[in-house]
Amino acid sequence: MTTLSSEIAETQKTHVSVGDYLKHHIRDYGMLVALVVIMAFFQIWTDGVLMKPLNLTNLFLQNSYIIIMALGMLLVIVCGHIDLSVGSVVGFIGALAAVMMVSYDLPVIVTVPVCLLAGALIGAAQGYWIAYWRIPSFVVTLAGMLVFRGLTLALLEGQSIGPFPKSFQALSSGFIPDPFGLDFKLLSLLLGVGVGAGMIIFGLRARAKQARFSHLDEPLSFFLAKNGIIAAAIIYITYLLATYNGLPNVLITMAVLISAYTFFTNKSVPGRRIYAIGGNEKAAKLSGIKTERLTFLTFANMGMLAALAGLIFAARLNTATPKAGVAFELDVIAAVFIGGASMSGGVGKIIGAVIGAFIMGVMNNGMSIMGVGIDWQQVIKGLVLLAAVIFDVYNKTKGEN
Amino acid sequence: MDAILEMRGITKTFPGVKALDNVSLKVKRGEIHALVGENGAGKSTLMKVLSGVYPHGSYEGDIVYDGEVQKFRGIADSEGGGIIIIHQELALVPLLSIAENIFLGNEIHRAGSIDWPATYARADELLRKVGLKEPSSTLITNIGVGKQQLVEIAKALSKRVKLLILDEPTASLQENDSQKLLDLLLEFKGQGITSILISHKLNEVSRVADSITVLRDGAAVSSLDCHAEAIDEARIIKDMVGRDMAHRYPERTPQVDGVLMEVFDWTAHHPQHPDRQVVKGVNMTVRRGEVVGIAGLMGSGRTELAMSLFGRSYGQNISGRVKMNGEDVDVSSVGRVVEAGIAYVTEDRKALGLVLDETLAKNISLSNLEQVSSHGIIDESAERKVALDFRDALNIRTPNVFQKVGNLSGGNQQKVVLSKWLFAGPQVLILDEPTRGIDVGAKFEIYTIINQLAAEGKGVVMISSEMPELLGMCDRIYVMNEGEFVGELSAAEASQEKIMSMIVRGKQP
Repeated sequence: MTTLSSEIAETQKTHVSVGDYLKHHIRDYGMLVALVVIMAFFQIWTDGVLMKPLNLTNLFLQNSYIIIMALGMLLVIVCGHIDLSVGSVVGFIGALAAVMMVSYDLPVIVTVPVCLLAGALIGAAQGYWIAYWRIPSFVVTLAGMLVFRGLTLALLEGQSIGPFPKSFQALSSGFIPDPFGLDFKLLSLLLGVGVGAGMIIFGLRARAKQARFSHLDEPLSFFLAKNGIIAAAIIYITYLLATYNGLPNVLITMAVLISAYTFFTNKSVPGRRIYAIGGNEKAAKLSGIKTERLTFLTFANMGMLAALAGLIFAARLNTATPKAGVAFELDVIAAVFIGGASMSGGVGKIIGAVIGAFIMGVMNNGMSIMGVGIDWQQVIKGLVLLAAVIFDVYNKTKGEN
Repeated sequence: MDAILEMRGITKTFPGVKALDNVSLKVKRGEIHALVGENGAGKSTLMKVLSGVYPHGSYEGDIVYDGEVQKFRGIADSEGGGIIIIHQELALVPLLSIAENIFLGNEIHRAGSIDWPATYARADELLRKVGLKEPSSTLITNIGVGKQQLVEIAKALSKRVKLLILDEPTASLQENDSQKLLDLLLEFKGQGITSILISHKLNEVSRVADSITVLRDGAAVSSLDCHAEAIDEARIIKDMVGRDMAHRYPERTPQVDGVLMEVFDWTAHHPQHPDRQVVKGVNMTVRRGEVVGIAGLMGSGRTELAMSLFGRSYGQNISGRVKMNGEDVDVSSVGRVVEAGIAYVTEDRKALGLVLDETLAKNISLSNLEQVSSHGIIDESAERKVALDFRDALNIRTPNVFQKVGNLSGGNQQKVVLSKWLFAGPQVLILDEPTRGIDVGAKFEIYTIINQLAAEGKGVVMISSEMPELLGMCDRIYVMNEGEFVGELSAAEASQEKIMSMIVRGKQP
């Protein structure tokens, strides 16, 4: 408890009020607040259907592939590029997996790694031209979008291929096993409690470390309230899921990937360098950073995540169709921009992209439940994207004056 | 002479800062009025108030121009009255022609259809007035900064300028281009055009100005009439920085030791034109504790030499050898050259030196992330500590090291770039125009840092367009012209005249 009391002393010493702090970090919390407001809105207007365990489970399953690709897309956009091919890669990898498993009867254990590798190679092939030949990523990936959509059709010969083995379907529609054998999935809840508690403990430790260097601008009360609410939300959601089938496998995959990429962007040397490349490529290069290689790897990584999304999407539908993944790239890119990334590179956070993806996902889901037609759904989603970016730009110009 | 402009009691506040505090400025008709002051003193803010960038109502005080109180709501209003500002960062469109740029937004047209013959004829006429010998159909991208500056002035003339304001016009110009520009100002004065010249360079100011106003910390601290009294540079500097500066260059007793870096027969070709040699067989030696200068005109190949040495960051078909402490080193990539102990601090800190959107701490650690990380994971507290140490050591003025470097003044940004390279732990530092665009006080601090580095036994190579700076700082000066070293002078024998004559006469056989 000594850390906590020294911490309070530290906070009092620097003394930043909650209001001041929020004013300076409106960008960081604005989108989270927007997500909560949007969820509350649909919770009321759908008479509570939104947060029903079954629907909540569906919400995660429906959005998992968008979120997974948003992680890679964030890096691509932070690096100062764009990848328009990911939707087609989703379709192509789904088709490849289907051909391997259904037509050639290859086992899942072989198919999955081969598909992930194929995705990484596709990303690398595009990244090569972008990084070493300096061909604009917009053009290269636009070409990739056409090429891989075409190859999807060619592989599937215009047909849908399915169904898949059970073990492959579990990628998307499986749930983590529960050893307690109750109706209520206790393990799922315990995992949620563990994550919530871990978050607070790690948060406090990080704070104590920061305090030693007299950089503590977040007021303690705010820190506790924020983390408390987020932890409570996590526990509540896992509780809801536990009353149904427990945590879906894909949620675990997502959670692991989100943590890994958050860590990568915040703490790792290559992560930091990607931000520097997006912020000022020439300065990064003159600082000894191998800008070409990192850009190349960023695209290879994007390809691999698109492949993973393709596998999960195919597993969810239990069939590979020529139309799989059409226009996914737009949802993914929208999620990243709603999450606060900058078109010119160098700025953006993983957690922002994830929140952006959830905002899109909750709106899709909520509007579908309410029976809003697909036409108006598009209009509303488009306006939300525009509003989010206007909010960003407005905050930025206000900050400068 | 009556006053063309009188700004009375101008006060401009931004949230939390008083940028201008009751500033008054009186400019007589037909004179050249110099506005001097350190960066952040409020010169640019004052000019933005004058030109309507900060519209009437957003400041307190009155602007009386041409005998009337003016309420400019925007640049269009002030330009309509004949007030034209030429900003430090030129606002020309690179891929349009000179003529198109001159008449951009002000096209000569008949019923919406541009009259090209008239446009080019009028542009050529304006170019003759400013003494620029280029056809007006040349693209901006194909002419140098000095000529671009003249195009800006031609553009101002096309708008029937009465009051011309030049913000640091010679900051990126060569000595001879600067002279030409100043001569042009004097010529305009003869034609009755009033000018306000914002500058750091006191020698220029004292050459052309009729009166001088010194701004410091948002207030006008003094103004003097150059015809009524002799210009006392020491006093102006004192007014600018608010303290006595006995010497413009800090004292140093050189303690030069053995040879540290040697460059043999260094040659580099132009990146787009492989047959053009930009650096021609340069041989250079740098000793421990020595400050070596490279003098030369812009375009003489100084930056190209430094950048091609620095991990082949410029040019192609690069050949030559580099020795450090008597041993050959590999300088074929930035990573390797840094490992060999050489650092290059760029002349263009915004475009090539800094990630402006990132914090001080992240910029400083960028060239040596290995040292603040283990197994690829960054230790943020170690990174913070490094940044804090450099902030204190180099006196970087910032509340905390999490400030975005884009928000710092030029001098402080330069210190951040220096910190970044000092953190990489080099033995030789190549400083390219280390004091460009920063104010007198910050310059002195940079000089002090350079002297400290030399005292620590490092070798410093200093590239500069300001000859007095090289003469004041260096132990030895190489003179470069058209890609080759045309001479070498020790501190004792060097003078501006000797350097210039070497440049003009070229390499002696």
